[in-house]
Amino acid sequence: MTAATHAPAAVEVPRHHAFGRFCRAYAKRPAGLAGLGLLVAFGVLALASPLFIGDDQLNVIKVDGPQLSPPVDGYPLGTDQAGRSVLLLVIWGARESLSIGIIATALTVVLGSAVGLLAGHYQGRVGQGLMHVTDWFIALPSLPLAISLSAVLGQGAASITIAIAVTSWTATARLVRAQTLAVEARPFIERARALGAGNTQIMIRHVLPNVMPLILVSSTLTVASAILSEATLTFLGLGDPTSVTWGSMLQAAFAGGAVTAGAWWYLIPPGIAILIVVLGFTLVGRAVEHVLNPRMVGR
Amino acid sequence: MKPVLEVRDLMVTYPPRRGAAPARAVDGVNLQVRRGEIVALVGESGCGKSTLARALVGLVKPTGGQVLGDGEPLGYSAAALKAYRRHTQLVLQDPGGALNPRQNVFDAVAEGPRLHGLTDRLGERVHAALARAGLRPPEEFAGRFPHEMSGGQQQRVVIAGALALDPSVIVADEPVASLDASVRGEILKLILELRDSLGLSALVVSHDLGLAWNIADRVAVMYLGRIVETGTVEEVLLRPKHPYTRALLSVLPDSGERPVLLTGEPPDPAAVPGGCRFHPRCPLRAAEQDTLCDSRDLPVLTGDPSRSSLAACHLVH
Amino acid sequence: MTARDRTREPETPVAASGQDPASETPVAASGQGRTPEGRSGTPMLDVRDLRVTYRNGERAVPAVRGVSFTLDRGQTLGVAGESGSGKSTMALGLLRLLAPSAQVSGEVLFEGEDLLTTRWARLRAVRWSAASVVFQGAMSALNPVRTIGEQICEPILLHEKVGQRAARRRAAELLDSVGVPSRRSGSYPHEFSGGQRQRIMIAMSLACRPDLIIADEPTTALDVMVQAQVLELLGELVRESGIGVIMISHDLSVLSHMCERLAVMYAGRIAEIGPSRQLIAEPRHPYTRALGRAFPTIGDPASRLAPAGLPGDPPTPPELARLSEGRGCAFEPRCSEAVAACRTETVELWPSGPRREAACLRVLEGSGT
Repeated sequence: MTAATHAPAAVEVPRHHAFGRFCRAYAKRPAGLAGLGLLVAFGVLALASPLFIGDDQLNVIKVDGPQLSPPVDGYPLGTDQAGRSVLLLVIWGARESLSIGIIATALTVVLGSAVGLLAGHYQGRVGQGLMHVTDWFIALPSLPLAISLSAVLGQGAASITIAIAVTSWTATARLVRAQTLAVEARPFIERARALGAGNTQIMIRHVLPNVMPLILVSSTLTVASAILSEATLTFLGLGDPTSVTWGSMLQAAFAGGAVTAGAWWYLIPPGIAILIVVLGFTLVGRAVEHVLNPRMVGR
Repeated sequence: MKPVLEVRDLMVTYPPRRGAAPARAVDGVNLQVRRGEIVALVGESGCGKSTLARALVGLVKPTGGQVLGDGEPLGYSAAALKAYRRHTQLVLQDPGGALNPRQNVFDAVAEGPRLHGLTDRLGERVHAALARAGLRPPEEFAGRFPHEMSGGQQQRVVIAGALALDPSVIVADEPVASLDASVRGEILKLILELRDSLGLSALVVSHDLGLAWNIADRVAVMYLGRIVETGTVEEVLLRPKHPYTRALLSVLPDSGERPVLLTGEPPDPAAVPGGCRFHPRCPLRAAEQDTLCDSRDLPVLTGDPSRSSLAACHLVH
Repeated sequence: MTARDRTREPETPVAASGQDPASETPVAASGQGRTPEGRSGTPMLDVRDLRVTYRNGERAVPAVRGVSFTLDRGQTLGVAGESGSGKSTMALGLLRLLAPSAQVSGEVLFEGEDLLTTRWARLRAVRWSAASVVFQGAMSALNPVRTIGEQICEPILLHEKVGQRAARRRAAELLDSVGVPSRRSGSYPHEFSGGQRQRIMIAMSLACRPDLIIADEPTTALDVMVQAQVLELLGELVRESGIGVIMISHDLSVLSHMCERLAVMYAGRIAEIGPSRQLIAEPRHPYTRALGRAFPTIGDPASRLAPAGLPGDPPTPPELARLSEGRGCAFEPRCSEAVAACRTETVELWPSGPRREAACLRVLEGSGT
């Protein structure tokens, strides 16, 4: 029978089709493409930086540039008080800033989505209990919590990542729960139940795919805020003093008297780098939202 | 022969909301669907017909009475329910909402077989179900997404999804209420065809008496959690006995009768009146001033299909 | 309810000239059918070649593709059609109640004034006081955080020079007249049942004593019993006050009992228009016939265990766009009586009997004999 031979194709084709449709729709959004371009540029630079940045350009003992010099030949963005190139520092800093942002976001999204999904699906005691926990975390002031967490876990990237994740998963959880409740109320959930689906199957096969767009959108925005949080926490001196991140650059510039010295070239580049990456993620997030939200298609 | 689907003295009571009395959505119902039979369950919104339909497919656990599939009482363990669902399938009112917008037709129809481990020759099974539901050629529809189809086609996909499990009975809750008039007839035709070709039984829940006339063999009229009249379509719709059935028929635009408009509060399952539950709105009782109606409860109708029509009314016999 | 102290702007020259619509378009050629005997002058509402196109980015979707009809005071016109037939768009387009993406063209002459070109301020005045709308879904059309008394008073205070007390008194009268106890005017929409809310909507639409009510699916989503009550109420109001009514519904049987005339729409055009009874008893357009059969009459042996439908689906938006460019009948793909000419000829509304018209080539054959 021909039906059997057709079946696999029928299953496969639409998925490609859906992804292709997503890409085509995304390609029509100039702001989204610009954001993606910015992110790709930063990502490639950050990944490739070990190829052209070595220890002798980062180690304060080994560098030989002029100290706290404004932009000159060879140092297009000037130097810091140790004589390192600000341009190279910004590029090098992207590595840790981006990875902290992305890892913290991944933790946030996984934890928040799981809690939100469970709380939305099991609307009885389990759901209520989970939401009580979430509310409790929301009530915690995020900055003092992050500070005390770093104090407990010790300074460094790991504690900053955990501090960011712990304070930001609640927003995702609430968002996902609300969306789960909306999806659960739709008739196709009842149909799935009538077909014999259990809780796990309903959550994985029906609720999650319908909540996914929202999770994607919120995660791009979470990355942006995580990078900002990283900068804030490092600026407050909670980061690893030896590693280079945008936050630590700002902190070093501030501590090294860049403000009083009028060394704008030391303060502005990391700030602008943060701005560009946050902007990039926000633009991508908005574009993804537009493309995935059926009600916005064509607008 | 045992009926494919039967309920005995079924009760579904919802817990009270904020100090109100518990809502007796289904309050003692006997009903049988025999093999190859189409039964229409009609009534206004809030009469409990949708709750009854959900109890029949095991989505709502009754607080009393039994649901029987092929004479076997339905158990409510996960395994028993799953087994029962190959026997009884549900078709919902709004096909647009009943399909997951992110699943294509193939996956939507294959869902049932996959859940029940019938993945052997899955493609064949799905295509056969699509073809039986009138989506021909099935290959053309398998890759489509719900939003790429019309309401009628979506409802056919939902029906195909039910057929893919080879059920013996389908419970359809307002299967055509959200469809256009011209499509409505096509879907009803399909249900009749399935009965003729597969011997499929169906319980069709509707507010529309015309639907019962179009496809059903028997009809049960429900009011406030109970069946108040039941019998063959001809008996009930052409020679209605119960004053509620008569009122429902009289307000149809084509009835040719003077419409009997029922007044009074809309029925509330949290405050079922004593005596005959219809008495506060009953036009007959108003005329006769019969105290029997206010005070004496009526027995639950037996729902025996072999008897001629039954009406739960003190004044009709 | 006789005081009609509204000031109207002078009639526009177009309408005042009372030109013969017969010379305009073939569609309007049957003006003789639409002006009831014994009446002269311009009708209350004269719709000429109304077209509504939704612009969606690059795409243009024609939802209404040239609709013409007239309506007089005290007349009731039912507009039947399936979803996507353009019936609601057409009705809301009359008062420019559509999204900004909708482009409306043609003429809507209300008391001789073209509502499509009039100023917004003037249109707002017309919307409540001369022509009002009963929307489908009374729950979403009523403001949930304001009492129904306030909501009924609002248009009265806005459009008529009366004080709070007079407005409140009128609101109470209106509520009583639609069968909702006026003592409940301090209640909020959610405290009422669906049928009561629909009655309140009707009361609101009557607040400024309009000449025309456009009722968009007023009884959809209501139970048969409640629907019958609401229809009875609407019918009474029309008989008593002589208001003109355009009622939109998918349910042909409801319309045929409520309205003296019936227009059946398909794919953005009127497929058939004429007196309700005749249209139901002897439909001339195959679509009207199919639609009529879709609502069975209980007791009719022909429909027992024989549901009647219509294979196929109405045209999708892209198909509609294609239809508007080419020739041929929009209904042809689903028509059981279609002939080759149906694909090539331009189909228009042709007279198909006294006071009726149908957009079917068969009508032309019939009129020859």
